[in-house]
Amino acid sequence: MALDYSQKVMDHFINPRNVGEIENADGIGEAGNPKCGDIMKIYLKVNPETNIIEDVKFKTFGCASAIASSSMATEMIKGRTVEEAWNLTNRAVAEALDGLPPIKMHCSVLAEEAIHEALNDYRAKHGMDVIPVEHHED
Amino acid sequence: MFVYMDHTATTPTSPEVLQAMMPYFGEIFGNPSSVYSFSRKSRQAIDKARSQVAAALNADPAEIFFTGSGTEADNWALKGTLEAAKLKGKNHLITTQIEHHAILHTAEYLHKYEGVEVTYLPVNSEGLVSIEDVRNAITDKTALVSVMFANNEVGTIEPVAEIGALCREKGIPFHTDAVQAAAHLNIDVKAMNIDMLSMSAHKMYGPKGVGALYLRKGLHPENFIHGGAQERKHRASTENIAGIVGFGEAMEILKGRIDDDKATNSARRDRLISGILERIPHAKLNGATGEKRLPNNVNFSFIGVEGETLLLDLDARGISASTGSACSSESLDPSHVLLALGLKHEMAHGSLRFTIGRLTDDSQIDYVLDVLPEIVARRRAMSPLWEDYMKSQEGK
Repeated sequence: MALDYSQKVMDHFINPRNVGEIENADGIGEAGNPKCGDIMKIYLKVNPETNIIEDVKFKTFGCASAIASSSMATEMIKGRTVEEAWNLTNRAVAEALDGLPPIKMHCSVLAEEAIHEALNDYRAKHGMDVIPVEHHED
Repeated sequence: MFVYMDHTATTPTSPEVLQAMMPYFGEIFGNPSSVYSFSRKSRQAIDKARSQVAAALNADPAEIFFTGSGTEADNWALKGTLEAAKLKGKNHLITTQIEHHAILHTAEYLHKYEGVEVTYLPVNSEGLVSIEDVRNAITDKTALVSVMFANNEVGTIEPVAEIGALCREKGIPFHTDAVQAAAHLNIDVKAMNIDMLSMSAHKMYGPKGVGALYLRKGLHPENFIHGGAQERKHRASTENIAGIVGFGEAMEILKGRIDDDKATNSARRDRLISGILERIPHAKLNGATGEKRLPNNVNFSFIGVEGETLLLDLDARGISASTGSACSSESLDPSHVLLALGLKHEMAHGSLRFTIGRLTDDSQIDYVLDVLPEIVARRRAMSPLWEDYMKSQEGK
């Protein structure tokens, strides 16, 4: 069956922002697994003086809403501090996309999780405490 | 450019069929069950359609029962046979892991509410059921064997005649879901020892909302829809006359061109398959090749990409295709058919199905071969799974 995606989802799916990798990234995070059909990988470049995320890239295997969620989430944390980025919720990502079909909400959750993983990777590399997170078993 | 490559989902009602149906929406509206002479025309129209459908299958017209869909025919065959068999102390159904949901969900229902034991036969990597597996699954409790004629997702054609011969020898009724096969293959229910066969009109350029069950003389499954005496007391409901007329007409037209269609479709199918294999690295054809594959089916998995993304990218280029990917459905499980063929989850998620037909021409095949490689390459470039896969290949 056809899922009805919002225009924003289609826009971010057809022309995703921030696709790619960052060489020598300051933080890398991955969420999902091939069995559930979605894998998201996030790369961060962080300014150590300001803790501001200066660049972010992603690579995603998954459906249109997974790609759109990655694209939107990376847009939303670019230029923010690592603390601000930590507080990005999957709901905020879904809302910024003008909503996701209920069965696709887990795609926005993956984006949140991948970002948390990347931020924790950064924190660990910079001597900060890793923040414990609970991950959804999809 | 509008390129419709989803003929397995449905086909347009052909203009000749529509023309034959038109009088039965207005002018000839009489209820076939009425006594007055006006309703005779409606009865005659249904009789003609029954003969047209029967002739195409080498069946007797009295063995054709019209239904509301192929799904209804499947439900009737399974539920009716198992319910009647219950009285004789038989409660075992043999079917396969790759059936359409019309069969699978009916089998699950029978198990849950009627205590029916169901054997789901496995298939090999091409999607073929083994005769030996059918033979070994039969017990003295077996009431019905139901194996699809050809698979809707990957197009594999099952050894129906062999299964039919085996079931006849064992005295067990054999049903086959021929909803896809009937639109492409010559079927002879007598020669193939088929006892029951389900069909649907809209897969063969007839209207939606009408199907049929072929029921060999001497078999008496319980009715599925109870009520009036229509369809010789076997399927209640005032007849969908226009739909039935359309079905008969569609079937007769199909019979006249089925061999030509098969040759044309197979040639285009194979050109599309070899074109994709040549132009897209690490593409995997799902299902069988040549004579064991429906002439109109092309099904590929592209490692590293998810099927729904390809569908949407193709749609943006005017191409309508289909996928067994879960991400385009209400459930998140990948195709049960591809998993039964032994595909890994990530490959099952990355499947794409093109089904060609009367709306297809050679330029459309070229167009798909032109745009698909670039679409797959672009989505692979943003896939971490593809990156991992390529790294794993370097070591080899």
